[in-house]
Amino acid sequence: MARKTGGNIKDLLFERTTGAFAFLVLFLAVLLFAVLLRESIPALRKFGAAFLVTGTWDPVLEKFGALPFIYGTLVSSFLAILIAVPLSVGAAIFINEFAPPWMKTPVSFLAELLAAIPSVIYGLWGIFVLVPVLRDVFMKPVTKYLGWVPLFKGPVYGPSMLAAGVLLSIMIVPFILSVSREVLATVPQRQKEAVLSLGGTRWEMLRIVIGQHCLPGIFGATILGLGRALGETMAVTMVIGNRPEALLSLFQPGYSMAAVIANEFTEAVGDVYLSSLVLIGLILFAMTFAVNLAAKWILSKMVARASRGI
Amino acid sequence: MKALFCLGAILVILPLFLILFDLLIKGGKELKLTLLIDLPHPVGEPGGGIANGIAGTFVVTLLTMLWSVPTAVLCGIYLAEYGKGKFASAVRFAADTMTGVPSIIMGIFGYILLVLPMKRFSAWAGAAALSMIFIPVVVRTTEEMLRTVPTTVREAALALGIARWKATLRITVRTVWPGILTGILLAMARILGETAPLLFTALGNQFWQTRLDQPMAAVPLQVFTYAISPYEDWHDKAWAGALVLITMVLLINIAARVLTREKR
Repeated sequence: MARKTGGNIKDLLFERTTGAFAFLVLFLAVLLFAVLLRESIPALRKFGAAFLVTGTWDPVLEKFGALPFIYGTLVSSFLAILIAVPLSVGAAIFINEFAPPWMKTPVSFLAELLAAIPSVIYGLWGIFVLVPVLRDVFMKPVTKYLGWVPLFKGPVYGPSMLAAGVLLSIMIVPFILSVSREVLATVPQRQKEAVLSLGGTRWEMLRIVIGQHCLPGIFGATILGLGRALGETMAVTMVIGNRPEALLSLFQPGYSMAAVIANEFTEAVGDVYLSSLVLIGLILFAMTFAVNLAAKWILSKMVARASRGI
Repeated sequence: MKALFCLGAILVILPLFLILFDLLIKGGKELKLTLLIDLPHPVGEPGGGIANGIAGTFVVTLLTMLWSVPTAVLCGIYLAEYGKGKFASAVRFAADTMTGVPSIIMGIFGYILLVLPMKRFSAWAGAAALSMIFIPVVVRTTEEMLRTVPTTVREAALALGIARWKATLRITVRTVWPGILTGILLAMARILGETAPLLFTALGNQFWQTRLDQPMAAVPLQVFTYAISPYEDWHDKAWAGALVLITMVLLINIAARVLTREKR
């Protein structure tokens, strides 16, 4: 791009300078990965692939396995998705298709504010408001009548996998909502009009158009929300209960990968302990990386299709 | 059917009001001047504040931005103005990847890179961890903003004989500067409230600290410590701290949005 005509030393210099900072950003990303990999080598050497499926977490005997944390991260995140997706997609349809125009800007503004609330504040609210309410209004009655179902087995403490899932769902709703709205907006107007002109009701129009057009995009939005939920730290740490056991019941305390790093990193004595925590970090890194990549791929295919006007 | 969708929309927005309401009620109770100007008091002793945390949050945020803003903006300029080849795609991919990395992992990064060699927790390490969150976000918003400037504007500038670097800085960048500034402010609001990356980098501190190579207090850390403590009066402090934090974060968010609106 640099033109070789007179006075362009400065142009070249400018390009090189900005290029150097671009290189720095690339370098930081590589450094991050390298640092994580290097520090997790002792744990990798000692435990190997068994680390992923081992359920013991014993700092005294220096026996470590990530299974309870991986399980807790996955279950709480899926629970969050299960709650958040129907709500956000419903809200997106309402805002885009039914709401009066004056309502659109304030609602998306409020959703953006929801996304701006720091995670530690969600956690604080979770501990003192959400957990007591969930415990008394939902978990206690359910376990009383449905306690024989493994998922709802007591005793009920309050901090639990369910609390983490519900809190996470509130936190990821803004992301799924905004992507879903973008996806809905890619539907060509003439396609909607075509359905309506054939005598379809508004509901039929939505069902046909969304079924045909938006499902991959909404799936992409879901995956994006999943990526958010997997790595969420503070809020989950504060309400999940922090017990390193993989239990089936949603009412029991659990633990997540991010939470164990947050809680135990400063007190990790010994190379293997610290290295095991870094290894959990590396696994979490790999998981969010794969999930985000998948979301991006799905959504970019969606955009490409929309720009072709299909 | 419409009612069901409407219910979805209400349920989505409702938590925002619930959280803000609880923050105002429970945090407002403790919101006194002493909160903003006093050091934390020991358990059981009435009064005390989070002044050192407020100062620490500002110091760490400032420290982060001091080198992250130029790095990110210049990188964004490179990507938008010269970024066509494989190298630029790699940088874009790196920034996108970093945006998705959980913030706790940036804490590990700061710990291994600075805390282990220096053998102590420090404001520097906190700032290093926060930069890893700040930089990729601002890189991408800068690039996106610059891409909204039509090529004709660049060509017009060059046709007038203005050197390319000058045209980029004085015309292209200046045209979308409010947008870039909005991106910077939003990223700043985000790192202001980040807790996880500071847990084992800046660590927190009960006292004033002016040295940057020592553990530094921060409001999010104080909210966390107070919230998980077993003491009733510390819980009140957590709510008050959270109210201070959310006020800062929301004000910056609203300011950022007003800034872009005025541009249009």
